[in-house]
Amino acid sequence: MADLEGIKQAVVKGKRKEIVGLVQAAVDEGVDPQSIISDYMIEAMKEVGARFEAKKIFVPEMMMAARTMQEGLGILKPLLAAGDESQTKKSGTVVIGTVFGDLHDIGKNLVVLMLESSGFEVHNIGENVTPEAFVEKAKELDADIVGMSSLLTTGDPYVKATVEALKNSDIADRIKVICGGAAVTPKYAVEVCGADGHARDAVSAVNICREFMES
Amino acid sequence: MQTRVSSESQEVIIGPDQPVAIIGERINPTGRKKLAEVLERRDMGYVQQEALKQVQAGAHILDVNVGISGADESAIMVEAIQAIREVVGTPLCIDSANPKVLAAGLQVYKGKVLVNSVNGEEAKLKEVLPLVAEYKAAVVALTMDDKGIPTDVSTRVAIAEKIVNEAVKLGIPAEDVIVDPLAMSVASDDQAGLGALRALAEIRDKLGVNQTIGASNVSYGLPERRAVNCVFLAMAVLNGLTCPITDPTVWPVRRTLLLADLLQGKDEFAMNFISAYREQNPEEA
Repeated sequence: MADLEGIKQAVVKGKRKEIVGLVQAAVDEGVDPQSIISDYMIEAMKEVGARFEAKKIFVPEMMMAARTMQEGLGILKPLLAAGDESQTKKSGTVVIGTVFGDLHDIGKNLVVLMLESSGFEVHNIGENVTPEAFVEKAKELDADIVGMSSLLTTGDPYVKATVEALKNSDIADRIKVICGGAAVTPKYAVEVCGADGHARDAVSAVNICREFMES
Repeated sequence: MQTRVSSESQEVIIGPDQPVAIIGERINPTGRKKLAEVLERRDMGYVQQEALKQVQAGAHILDVNVGISGADESAIMVEAIQAIREVVGTPLCIDSANPKVLAAGLQVYKGKVLVNSVNGEEAKLKEVLPLVAEYKAAVVALTMDDKGIPTDVSTRVAIAEKIVNEAVKLGIPAEDVIVDPLAMSVASDDQAGLGALRALAEIRDKLGVNQTIGASNVSYGLPERRAVNCVFLAMAVLNGLTCPITDPTVWPVRRTLLLADLLQGKDEFAMNFISAYREQNPEEA
């Protein structure tokens, strides 16, 4: 019997050394790779997210869980049939970057890692990204969601300019816009800038993206 | 190398043979809601309190950052500098991402100020270094450039070297460039602490300049952040950190730096440490 619960627990606990053997064994026994991903590994990451929100675990533990998941995905992804691949994509496509004038990337990269581990297709367009570049990339990559990060309080005008550029573009009705980062308050993001949501950390970013894709 | 910064009444010498110089970080509205509020109202009483509190806790220099969105940062910077001068004579560090604000501060400052900051980006070099040269100030140089923040040691050293060279070309002596090799969070990269320590050591050995660092980045996302910051600070001092930007009102932080001085033979008969200890524990005196 494949130890599917073991796979889930390995991700939750961030046991990178165990995951490859467990996943390989499950695959060898004929378990559907897609099911391993969505029913066990993504579920595991949901649990990790909940624990982080509840302050039961710390950032490095969350990162280890995400890395463990990615090692498992390394085995599973090549096995997915072409049709299944679009299935994993179904969670949504997120384009994410740090606003113009700001080079901070730690928090944003954490969000990237968590979104990827939650089944989203994520395009990290880097730091110091102009409003125009956000719009261009969102179009090019057919984004469902655009996320921006801003740590410096001096980045506020660029958060506003970026949200407005996205909202005034011809893809405005196809995308949701989320802001986050130490400098951005929920009030500023949503009320002042007109964003669709605000994420206070990586886990809330995942939750908001899920909500947007479900609605 | 020694960096001298001053006000009309005081001079602070930063150098490897000196006790650690603390640059007090509390006058900065990023993540400090109360300060953002009072700055918006142009109420400088709170800024003065913060200045006094930090000087009493052993700050040698005070960082002044008044960046709040949608406000006239230049005007607030000038008001803040003047307000702080009414209560303390401590040399200041004018901190803004906007060169115009730096210029406004430099114009009214009396003495040799520290400017925070320049980095390796072409635009920053062009805008900030001429100001520093014009006012004969000292400057904090962050080791990042148009390509972003490097995580490896050699790129940091190369950026530091480039900034020092550019400064010297404009007549700013190398000793007036204080490098910040940018510590990153060990929560997302467990080699980040080591990287910062090695960068400090290499920049010290190669360029001999003074260095600062924002230590609290290191502990982001970890439990016991204060303990992480303190241990990192002590290790950083040993590797070339001479003037950390930190909060001296947090006793464990100040204690760490006092002990780093003592254990490196820079506190004669432990007098600085003992007197600070006594201030903290008045009932035992």
